[in-house]
Amino acid sequence: MPDPILKISGLNAHYGDFQALFGVDMQVDAGEVLAIIGANGAGKTTLMRSITGLLTNGPDQIMHKGTDIGRLRADEVALRGIAMVPEGRQLFPSLSVKENLMIGAQVLRPGPWNLKAVYQLFPILEERKDQQSTSLSGGQQQMVAIGRALMSNPELILFDEISLGLAPVIIRDIYRALPGIIGNGMSAIIVEQDISKALSVSSRVYCLQEGRVSLEDRSDTVAREDISRAYFGIE
Amino acid sequence: MDWLNAIVQGTLLGGLYALFAAGLSLIFGVMRLVNIAHGDLIVLAAYLGLTVTTATGIHPLLAIVVVVPVMAAIGYVLQRGLLNQTLGDDLLPPLLVTFGLSVIIQNALLEGYTADPQKLAAGNLETASFAFGGLTLGVLPVLTFSFAIAVIWGLQWIFYCTALGRAFRAVSDNQDIAQLMGLNRRHIFGLAMALALAVTAIAGILLGIRTSFDPSGGGGRLIFGFEAVIIGGLGNLWGTLAGGVILGVAQTVGAKIDPGWQILSGHIAFLLILAVRPNGLFPRISA
Repeated sequence: MPDPILKISGLNAHYGDFQALFGVDMQVDAGEVLAIIGANGAGKTTLMRSITGLLTNGPDQIMHKGTDIGRLRADEVALRGIAMVPEGRQLFPSLSVKENLMIGAQVLRPGPWNLKAVYQLFPILEERKDQQSTSLSGGQQQMVAIGRALMSNPELILFDEISLGLAPVIIRDIYRALPGIIGNGMSAIIVEQDISKALSVSSRVYCLQEGRVSLEDRSDTVAREDISRAYFGIE
Repeated sequence: MDWLNAIVQGTLLGGLYALFAAGLSLIFGVMRLVNIAHGDLIVLAAYLGLTVTTATGIHPLLAIVVVVPVMAAIGYVLQRGLLNQTLGDDLLPPLLVTFGLSVIIQNALLEGYTADPQKLAAGNLETASFAFGGLTLGVLPVLTFSFAIAVIWGLQWIFYCTALGRAFRAVSDNQDIAQLMGLNRRHIFGLAMALALAVTAIAGILLGIRTSFDPSGGGGRLIFGFEAVIIGGLGNLWGTLAGGVILGVAQTVGAKIDPGWQILSGHIAFLLILAVRPNGLFPRISA
């Protein structure tokens, strides 16, 4: 049995005196798609920041294929093949669409994703490649953010709130494109407010509530009542 | 004709000011660092040029080939070893640390080279001139101005046409996200400071050929550099060249009115522009 892509054990995270995560345990196996749901402030984004190295973690709390990565810098984590599509897209405003994508390739990991592949996935980006990234619509910006993460040919890709602030028709398009993105053995963690969307593309689901894992289950069989209970904390 | 002459000479002088300013503009643009020691680093470069020319006997312009990489290396080490630790949400720590650095550099130069004014001996180049359309232009000022254009053009090219420039702009936009993309901002900042001090090296050598310098001369260069950056608008390199030219012209025209007014009229021009256009003439980034 190979080491899992990501194994999180007893993860605590703090912002100054405020503790945002309490002993979170989680595991992502190769090729697996995980959904993380939870209310605002449940600690989802903090968890993403911990995994990607934007927050420094305690020893042995985050293991990547058997190696402790909890104390690596974000760029070192990126080199190991963990990429993120950040909440709110966070494109570089002074870079063109194409340059934003090329920044993603900076880690120089070999793999199927390059400019051509991203343009094939999202043809509109090729038409807009020389525009400033901020001049695009929200949905197109999300495509750039996804493309930028793919350009690093990650083994594990984290999607933080990809449907936030987008029109339903755009969300549908992006979720339609997802299987083509994560189908090639790439693992993914999808953080999402839209629970049914998250369940439809994932194999397992975790729910966070006030910094703790309140539910862990299979996405296809999980009961709605269990989700409500885990989500809101009402018995 | 005298007035035209003053304007042309001022424009050429502006090239030197633009060289003072380009490094300041670059590091502020990439990492929002205001480097109070910038002027002293220019003077340091001039002294390094002095050491190289006296030790080897080569022409000061050739010394650029040696001083540029040395200053670039100093810049990288300075940034990684010291200045990176001061960067954060607060603008004050880098200001204080670079102010302290300025004091240290001045005193180290005083210790190492004494307070005597020095000059880089460049032979004929110091006085050579040629006639152009009824004006007499010094070869050195024209050369300095050409250097300024070449340096600004080169920086512009690095910024907008290379992977390094893309990294500079990405880190400038959003440090966290750039880090997520595998860019180590500490390294990128080190490279930016190396590039800035490479430009500083050119500025220092040309300064040393043009005029005498002593360890306390950094402050004045810093002010001219700052003024050129602010006049031109933050984050715009060609604007910085324009700012340097405006400053240079204001000084030579002021000196034409009354020799005692040279420096003052440069400052007055700066204050006027700051009053009318607080963001400078061609701003790219909002402060």
